[in-house]
Order: sequence, then C-alpha cells, then structure tokens
Amino acid sequence: MKRSTYIVMAVMALLFAVSWYFKAATYHGNVMSPLVAGFMITLAAFLTLAIISFVYQDNPFYKFAEHLFVGISAAFWMCQSFWSTIVGNLIPRISTGLSKYFGQPYRDEPWNFVYWLPVILGILLLLRLSSKIGWVSRWALAFIVGTTAGLSFIRYLRSDFMEQISSTMVPLLAAGNSGESLLSNITLSATGPFVAMLTNWVIFLGVICGIVYFFFSKEHTGLFGRASRVGIWILMITFGAAFGYTVMGRITLLVGRLTFLYKDWLGLIS
Amino acid sequence: MTEALVVTGTNLGVVISLALIAGGVIWLLVRSLKGKEVERRVIFGFVLIAVSAPILFPITFHEQISPVVKAVFDKIESLPAGSTVAISFDFDPAMAPEVQPMANAFTRHCFAKGHKVVFLSIWATGQSLLTSTLDTVVRREFPEKRERIDWVNLGYKAGNQGVLNVIVSDLRKMYPTDVNAVPLDSIPMLAEVKAFRDLSLILAVGGGFPGPKEWVLYVGDPGNVPIAAGAAAVTAPQLYPYYPRQLIGILGGIKSAAEYESAMVDKYPQFDSVDKPGLRMMGPQTLAHMVIMMFIIIGNIVFFRSKRMRSQL
Repeated sequence: MKRSTYIVMAVMALLFAVSWYFKAATYHGNVMSPLVAGFMITLAAFLTLAIISFVYQDNPFYKFAEHLFVGISAAFWMCQSFWSTIVGNLIPRISTGLSKYFGQPYRDEPWNFVYWLPVILGILLLLRLSSKIGWVSRWALAFIVGTTAGLSFIRYLRSDFMEQISSTMVPLLAAGNSGESLLSNITLSATGPFVAMLTNWVIFLGVICGIVYFFFSKEHTGLFGRASRVGIWILMITFGAAFGYTVMGRITLLVGRLTFLYKDWLGLIS
Repeated sequence: MTEALVVTGTNLGVVISLALIAGGVIWLLVRSLKGKEVERRVIFGFVLIAVSAPILFPITFHEQISPVVKAVFDKIESLPAGSTVAISFDFDPAMAPEVQPMANAFTRHCFAKGHKVVFLSIWATGQSLLTSTLDTVVRREFPEKRERIDWVNLGYKAGNQGVLNVIVSDLRKMYPTDVNAVPLDSIPMLAEVKAFRDLSLILAVGGGFPGPKEWVLYVGDPGNVPIAAGAAAVTAPQLYPYYPRQLIGILGGIKSAAEYESAMVDKYPQFDSVDKPGLRMMGPQTLAHMVIMMFIIIGNIVFFRSKRMRSQL
C-alpha cells in the first residue's frame, strides 16, 4: 500500500475514536453501557459513510464495508436457517432428547416418515461436497424444484392467469362496480363513473395492444402494426412508472440513512 | 397527490438550499449548452443537498389520499370493532424506511378502531422490526391494549410460501404457540381463529419474496380473505394488476404512507402529535424529485440541441 493510504487510514481511525468518545459521552447515564452504545452508533455511521463513498469512486473503505456486509449476511442466514428451520421446525417433531437439548417444546405427534424425508434430502444435498458421490445431491435438488413448481403452478394458474383474465373482462360502457349510469354523473373525479370507464378502456386496449406487440406470427403492418405501436407505448409508460417508483424508493432509503447520520450520530435534529 | 404547498415551520435553510440548487442548475445548463461535460459527482452533490436540506430544516405537506390508498383506510374503518386483523412484517432493515411507517400507521389505525391484531412475520429480519413497532407504537401509544387479549405476536416462522400455504387452512399446524411459547389454544383472542381464512383482513407489509404477492397467491385467493398491501415502491407496480379484485388496496412507497398518515390525522386528530415519518420524508422526496426532473430537462435540452447542431453541419 502507498504511504498516503496509511495516512488516510490513520486519520479515519482517529476520527472513529473521537466520534466514539463523544458519542459515548452523550449516552452517559441514559443507557446500560454508554461505551457499547457509542461504539455501535459510530460503527454504523462509519459503515454508512463507507458505502456511500462509492458514489465518489471505488475505495478500500467501500470494499471493507461491502465484504463485511456479505460475510455477516452469510453467517446470519446460516444461523437463522439452523435455528428456525432445523431447531424450530424439525427437531420438535422427531426427537425428544434433541428438543430438550435445544430447549424446544417437543410435539408429541405420532411417528411420521414425512418429517424424516427432509433429513434424508438434506444429507443428500450435503453430499454435493463429495467429488465421488456428489451426483446424489441432484435427487434432493430435483425434489425441491419439482415440489416448488407443483405448488406454485396451481397458485399461479389461479391468481395470475384465471383471475387476471377475469379482471380484464371489464364493462366498457358502464361504471362497473358502483353500477351508476355513465350519463348520470360525468365528472373528472377519480372515483366517478366517467373516469372508471376511461380506466376500463385503458385496461382493455392496453392488454389487447400489449399482446399484439408480442405476437410475431403476423407482420406488424397496417392496423395490426398500429396496434403494436400502441402496445409498445403502453409498455414504455409501464416501465416509466416502474422507474419512477424505483427512484422514489431509492430516495427514501437515502433519506433513511441521512436521517440516521444527522439525528442518531451527529445529533443535529431532534 | 401533494396538495398545496402548506409549508410549516421556519425554513430559511430550505430557501437557501433551493436558491443554491436553482443557481447551480442554471450554471450547469449554461455549462452543458457550451458543450462541456458535467461530472456525475456534481449530480450526486445536488441530490445530497436536495435531500439533506428538508431533513435538517423540516418541511411537511398535507397529502390528499388517493383512491387506492383510501380503499385500505375505508376497509379498516368499515370493519366492526373487535374484528381480527393480521399484520405481516415481511421486510428487512434495508426496506424499513419505506414500509415501517405503513406498518405503524396500520397498527395505529387498527387499535384506534378497536380491532384485535395478529402480528407475524415470514421474513427472519421482520421479527426485530415487528418488535420495534410493538415497542414504539403499541406499548407506548396504546398501553391499555393487553397482549393475547387485544393483540398477539406470532413471531417469525421459516418456510416462506410454505407457511402461507398451511396457515390459510390451519394456523395451529404452523404456529402451535405464539412468540413466547404460549399455546395458541390458550389465547382468548384466537379462540375463533382456526385459520387465516377466518380473519377479517390481512395487511401484508413488505416488498420482496415472499411478500404481498405471495399473500395473494397462497392466502387471499384460495382462502377468500381480503388482503391489502403495504409495499416498497420498487415492487408496487407489480401489485397493481391485483387491484381491486385480489388486493382491496395498495400502499406503494413512502408517498402512500404519507397519504395514509394524513388521512389518519384528519380522522383521528389525537395522532397529530405522534411521529409521522411518511409525511416527514415527503419534503426530501419533493426537493429530490424536483432536482432529478430539472436534470432530465437539462439533459434533453442539451441532447436535442446537439442533435440539431450535428444535423446542420
């Protein structure tokens, strides 16, 4: 490493120590351990700044924070899976002794092979680590993929296919839900029958034109081509709306982190 | 929609920031028109100022509730007092700034209407955020509400959509006890709730997998239970096709949270003094969006001008 890198790191360490000292001092008497509270807030603040520093350029502080996040996440999910799935769900159903060992209430249910199936499949999955019999893990993987696909198929068929087709069958000349006549109340109110009818027309034409755009068995010329052009406009507007939502979401996250820095760390706002 | 800019409080800082941003944008426009490139860090700097100023010098707006948010509000209002409602915390700390205000507002509203609330999470990271809502909203604002009589915390259960697939028809099979290992059969408020299809309403707050979409697929549609979503902005557009048949309403992003908080204050003025992060965040949102829109306009002006100049050569 260059000498300048050592200097920057020393300055950061010094700033960290100063921040820790002052933060711990503000907690005096308010929390159980001011030193620990001060350290945690300072650490969170410095890690936040390390991540944000990437917008300037890639740097060692960003790399450190990124790797720390990935490592902690992996460890967290491994522990979480062990305690919630194996200890929480499986052990209370298969073993009195292990339940007692892990402090879980044993579920006094009749012996059931179904509960042993995940144990066997789990062991098969771990065999992937072996170069000789690693192929056996494919059986467990095939079971997982098949079960998930089977379970999802029914749900998606109902909710994303049948129900969605049904939702597209909207009345084009009446208000729909309220049953009010169109001519009885022509207003631009978002909940009025006129706007409801316009919405239904947008849904109807949007779906038809969107499908036409993805229909490649016929050349996109004439009326069909014009419908296809409307279809792509519908798609672009949808992507634009989604992008707008994404920007709003990202700004919210930035507000969340800056509020933490200004409020919890620096104490600039109450 | 953001109503008239009802600016509250002393906002000299915001005015100075706005002047700074406006001056900077004009400088950038002139610089761009001269054909000089603008470094991306300059844009980040503008966004930082636009977001920071309203945080340090808060401005709030009165929000008018939109129909898709109002549908959720009206549904909770229309349920008879004592109805059992579930709120699922399916999010992590990264998503919390966006969706925790919704969860808090839902909790506040349900208790204000006298409903009984079942709290749960199908995200491991949701458990601690659920506890945060219990501490900051339930125990602080509604100390008279008793655990296991007015509300119950079922906690986190591993299994993703598998959990939902079971609890729609048999709650006790997946959750034999609550989070404190108290058997569900001994909890008075759950005496009539054998499965999630017995609930009056489910409020699915989240934005990833599993999230509101999975609640619709595995609980709402097969169990015929009304579901409303509080979703992170990124996932909100994917949920709109489910409205209004499969989702009775959607809160998408912090804007909807702010609308809901505004509606809560209008209906229940006693909540005017509580923290309203949704409304608080709309100041930074507004300024940041103004800056982004100005950059889009500048970018387009420069693009079309340079295109015309190239065609004239």
